[in-house]
Amino acid sequence: MSAVPPEPGPADAVQNPDAVAPSGPADAPGPAPASSNRLTVDGEWRGVSPKYLGVEIVSSIIGLVVLCGITVPFILLGTWFGWPALVLAFVIGVVTIALAPRRVRSIGYRLRSDDLVFKRGIMFHRVVSVPYGRMQLIDITRGPVSRALGLADLKFVTAAASTGVSIPGLVDAEATRLRDELVSLAESRRVGL
Amino acid sequence: MTGGSGGETDGSGPGGLRREPGDLVDGEWHRLHPATPLLRGGIVLIAILGFVIANFRERFLDWVFAAPELPGDPFQVAYERGQLGWAVVILAVGLVVGVIVFYASWRMHSFRVGDDVVEVRSGILFRTHRRARLDRIQGVAIGRPLFARLFGAARLEISVAGQDAMVQLAYLGSADADRLRREVLTLASGLRATASVSVSAPAPAPAPGASVSSEPLRTGVVDRRMRELLAPELDPSAAPPESVVRIPAGRLIASLVLSGFTVALLIVGAFVVTTSLLGRREFFAILVLPGAAAAIGYYFNRTTKSLRYSIAGTSDGVRVGFGLLSTSNDTLPPGRIHAVEVSQPLLWRPAGWWMIRINRAGAAGEGSAQTSTLMLPVGTVDDVRKVLGLLLPGLAGAETRELVLAGLQARAGEGFVDAPRRAWPLRPFSWRRTGWAETPDAVLIRSGFAWRHLTVVPLARVQSLRVSQGPLLRMLDLVELSVQTVAGPVRATVPVLDRSVGEQAFARWSAEVVAADRADRSHRWAASGAVPDQTPGPADRGASEAGTAPTPNSAPDPGGER
Repeated sequence: MSAVPPEPGPADAVQNPDAVAPSGPADAPGPAPASSNRLTVDGEWRGVSPKYLGVEIVSSIIGLVVLCGITVPFILLGTWFGWPALVLAFVIGVVTIALAPRRVRSIGYRLRSDDLVFKRGIMFHRVVSVPYGRMQLIDITRGPVSRALGLADLKFVTAAASTGVSIPGLVDAEATRLRDELVSLAESRRVGL
Repeated sequence: MTGGSGGETDGSGPGGLRREPGDLVDGEWHRLHPATPLLRGGIVLIAILGFVIANFRERFLDWVFAAPELPGDPFQVAYERGQLGWAVVILAVGLVVGVIVFYASWRMHSFRVGDDVVEVRSGILFRTHRRARLDRIQGVAIGRPLFARLFGAARLEISVAGQDAMVQLAYLGSADADRLRREVLTLASGLRATASVSVSAPAPAPAPGASVSSEPLRTGVVDRRMRELLAPELDPSAAPPESVVRIPAGRLIASLVLSGFTVALLIVGAFVVTTSLLGRREFFAILVLPGAAAAIGYYFNRTTKSLRYSIAGTSDGVRVGFGLLSTSNDTLPPGRIHAVEVSQPLLWRPAGWWMIRINRAGAAGEGSAQTSTLMLPVGTVDDVRKVLGLLLPGLAGAETRELVLAGLQARAGEGFVDAPRRAWPLRPFSWRRTGWAETPDAVLIRSGFAWRHLTVVPLARVQSLRVSQGPLLRMLDLVELSVQTVAGPVRATVPVLDRSVGEQAFARWSAEVVAADRADRSHRWAASGAVPDQTPGPADRGASEAGTAPTPNSAPDPGGER
């Protein structure tokens, strides 16, 4: 949407069209760019379920409690940095919780005609593209909070350990459907290792 | 019967035995070399033998010189208590049981090579049956540990992708292993070996050969072992000489001396000497002797492993051989290389030496993982050119190679898109050299000011692409772009590049990767139409590509005429 490349290269010609099932709701494409320096990859991104916000907030609260808990012994020991550390931990935790909605919105994926594109992160933003044919297996996992909310995480595993495409917060039925779709896509585009 | 013949002919056949070449890949079950248990338990056996012999020798010396008898010697104790007979019985029973177990494990261990799969069955109580698809082969390695070499045996490892995914045939006769490798590769290549089988099927009956061989055999075995021990690792007929790179021993040793290990050693040595001069002698005593022993061991180990290193292009891929005492060689079929890195440590720069490492799926064995990813331990630019000429065909064309060679030593540019000047806070020295380039079939990434690197990733082997940006990079309007391949020593990441350039490259490459995947046919590399520019190999290579159906002429490869 934003960030028109200043030097139009041969790249424009090969942009993949969204040929495969752009059925999901075209979520707001991430947070509004704070500056023009932000890395952006155009396209219609499918977002994750808004309910995933609950998972994020719960894990952020746990993180907050743990961070604050670490500082408690120092306060009890009466060290000078005990209270400032607690305040710092609390502020970090609150900021993490406050940013949770943006974090959730930053997660997106696209099924292009030949590859899956996945993005996430606001501070450390990353975009990964994996050709369907590279799929080795697909994992679906459900944590306790996710299960309570009826969500599932889908992990796309390739031969490269560093690929790490894990789409969190999909509605259960959607995760299963996406898995089947990805498997059939991979099957039709099977390549060697 | 089948296995017995496989083992016996190897052990007893005359030099240059001629058997029908198809007999190990005929889809029947075969057994391994009869000496397998001996070779596998070799060290234990030697230890036990050593113990027994040492004891006997003591006794013998005692008898001869009438020395006072030592207490604690088991033979002596048994003798004194009149239990020598029992000891002998126990020993004998143990021996017999051992032999039976070894024999049974040998009987139960068999392998079969069919048209599409290779299978191994093993185990006495816990049976395992492993089967691997031939078109998934990532490499075929032959290892000859020193002890096995003395017996003329070799270990064949067929590696496929995955953790511990390897079909190991240990041990086979040396000649059998060579032939089996050739035939497995031929089968895997998609080129049917039927022609070679049918040609030599009406071979002379083996019986006369066996009877005749009994007399010249006696002198032949020792002679043949000697020849095998001294023979070059690479059969001269298997590769055209112009595609062979060798490393002079002097250069290899010099390169080890000029390694990071030596630098660390010197630093530690300087530390130890200064502290001991300052009066803390205990460091000296504690560190020097073990340290020196470890360092000598390291150098000796590395040297003997890398000596006689050779790399050559054969009709079924690149073959890397190395080792002075225990030798091994490794054949990588075309298209099994996922990334290539040419690098140069700072200390090697005056000499102009480089080393080449690769990423591959399913490196055979943990111990050999380091060597099996090292394609050139040390070499000049000319060697780099030759080795790249062997590694890249089937993945990337000559254009890529020229680009690599041009970009290797350049301070900047030379066909590469370098990082913009504003990247200097992150890469104060190397920003000029940090860049990437692309050819129709590969991505090239260059970096490093002190330790120069240049990485080539064939588009058809890219697993995924990632573009990312942290806060620092965002401030400088930069991104990081990484090309992800199977795990290995080579990492292909452009740490800094202009944001818009990076975004475009990401979009372009992700489309090109898909196209390259689709065009890739290297899993059956010799099947018709695959791999347009193959090794500058023998003439049959051209023939196999030209015709859609391989003609009988093209099927037997050069080694078949031995």
